[in-house]
This record gives sequence, C-alpha cells and structure tokens, in this order.
Amino acid sequence: MLLIYCPYCEEERSELEFRGAGDAHIARPENIADITDEEFEEYFFLRQNPKGLIFERWRHIHGCGRFFNAARDTVSDRFYTTYKAGEPKPDISDILQSEQNKGAAK
Amino acid sequence: MADQVTASRKAALTARGGSAEAILTPAPAATRISLRAGADALPALSAALGVTLPTRPKTSASSGQRHALWIGPDEWLVFDEGEADLMAAAASSGTLHSAVDISHRNVAVIVSGPGVDVAINSGCPQDLSLPIFPVGACSRTIFGKAEIILFRTAEDQFRVECWRSFSPFVFGLLSEGAADAGH
Repeated sequence: MLLIYCPYCEEERSELEFRGAGDAHIARPENIADITDEEFEEYFFLRQNPKGLIFERWRHIHGCGRFFNAARDTVSDRFYTTYKAGEPKPDISDILQSEQNKGAAK
Repeated sequence: MADQVTASRKAALTARGGSAEAILTPAPAATRISLRAGADALPALSAALGVTLPTRPKTSASSGQRHALWIGPDEWLVFDEGEADLMAAAASSGTLHSAVDISHRNVAVIVSGPGVDVAINSGCPQDLSLPIFPVGACSRTIFGKAEIILFRTAEDQFRVECWRSFSPFVFGLLSEGAADAGH
C-alpha cells in the first residue's frame, strides 16, 4: 500500500485516505474576464502530463480534509516530497539530488 | 376521537455484538458538534465549552463526559456523553466560529477487548499499535467504504464514530473483524 505523508497530520497515511486533485501551482489569471478563449483554454484545460516528476495537489479527504501539494514521479508513483498549500514550489534539482544521495546511501 | 400518537426515536443500532476478542456495544446517545474555528477563537471557545481544544494532530482533550477531538487544523469534533447542549455552549463564546449540531448524524460503536486493533484493522489502514496510536489519540479515517472517526479511549477500547446511515455497514464489518480477531 502506498503511504503518503500529510504535512498537516505530520504522519504517513495510507493512500486510501487521499484523493488526487490535479496539477499544482496553476495560477488563476487575475483578469479572467478579459483573456481570450485561447488563453482561457491554456489556463483551464491544457496540462503537460509529464513522464517523471510532477507537482500535484492532493487532498487528505478522509483525514484532516486539507489540500496540500506533492512532488510525485508518474512512472514509479514515488512521492518525493509533500508540502503545505501556499508554500513555494521546492527546487526540482534539490529533490532529485537528495533522492540520488539516498540511493547512493543504500 | 383518535388516540394521540407519540413519536419516539428509533436507535440506529441496538444489539450488542462482536466476539470474546472484540466486543461491540452501541454507544449511548450523545450530543455532538462539528466545530470549525480559527486559532484566535480557540481560547474563548475552549473556555465556553469547558474543554481545551487540542491543536496537535491526532490528539484529543477530555473533561468529564465532554471530549474534543482534533480532526483537522481548524476542525474539531466535540461530543458530550451527558447530552449537554453544546450548541448553546459554543454560541456563548462570542467569537467567530462555525458549529453544526451533528448529534443525530453520527452514531458510535464502542469496540473493546484484546483483539480490538485486529477488528478495526479489518477495514482500516491505520497503524493502531500503542506507540503510534496511544490512548487519547483520535483520527478521521476510512473503514471499508465508510468514513469513521477513531478515538482510543483505553488500551483495549476504541470509540468508532460513523454516519448514522453507514452504521449497519460499519457494525457488520466490525462484527466480521471481531470474529476474525479470535483466530
């Protein structure tokens, strides 16, 4: 079973308590009424769907109920890190570097 | 003239159940509120409710028959086994908060016995060992397909709160788990 660390409960919990909520760090345009349909499409519908590292929103719906952000690998399903909503996006190279160090330590 | 009809409330769960390893007892009626509030309202709410609202994850506070369970960073389940009026108590705090009376939305099952963790783990993925889930710990989690709130009241006793409409399912799955706990 996949364990996900909830930054609000400060504990690893089973994936059964969580629900994914799409890509993280997508800012809603402040002039939403003025943008063109193409710009709206870009903001609202179009996602990168990368192979590998992705930043996502997750919700601990059957726990504390909070949304938080996670850096996950879409190939291995590994959660590199999770952090509270509103916190800045962590540096990708830092995450991958610390993963490599962990791998080397094993 | 027609006889007067008196309505009486029918309990969702009545019978005891379980096994020698994990005894299931429907909890007596209690008043409950779902409380949401910001950090600045906590001192006044705690004073009004007579129990200090906990701010650490998975912790609870009790005062007599009244219990406050941490559910989320700004959410608590407060219940009173003596059926005191919690809504009035919260309202008397005079601070900004949201309290919803859920006394009859939830029912609770008391699960007790040496096999209590096995019975609950039949449908719940949480680690219920004592160092991780000590007495007084509480958590909203999942039990089979139903959402429950777990509250450890003793080393070998849990209070399982669930929605009234889910209670036959929860009681049924707990009964299965309790039977398995004996093997």
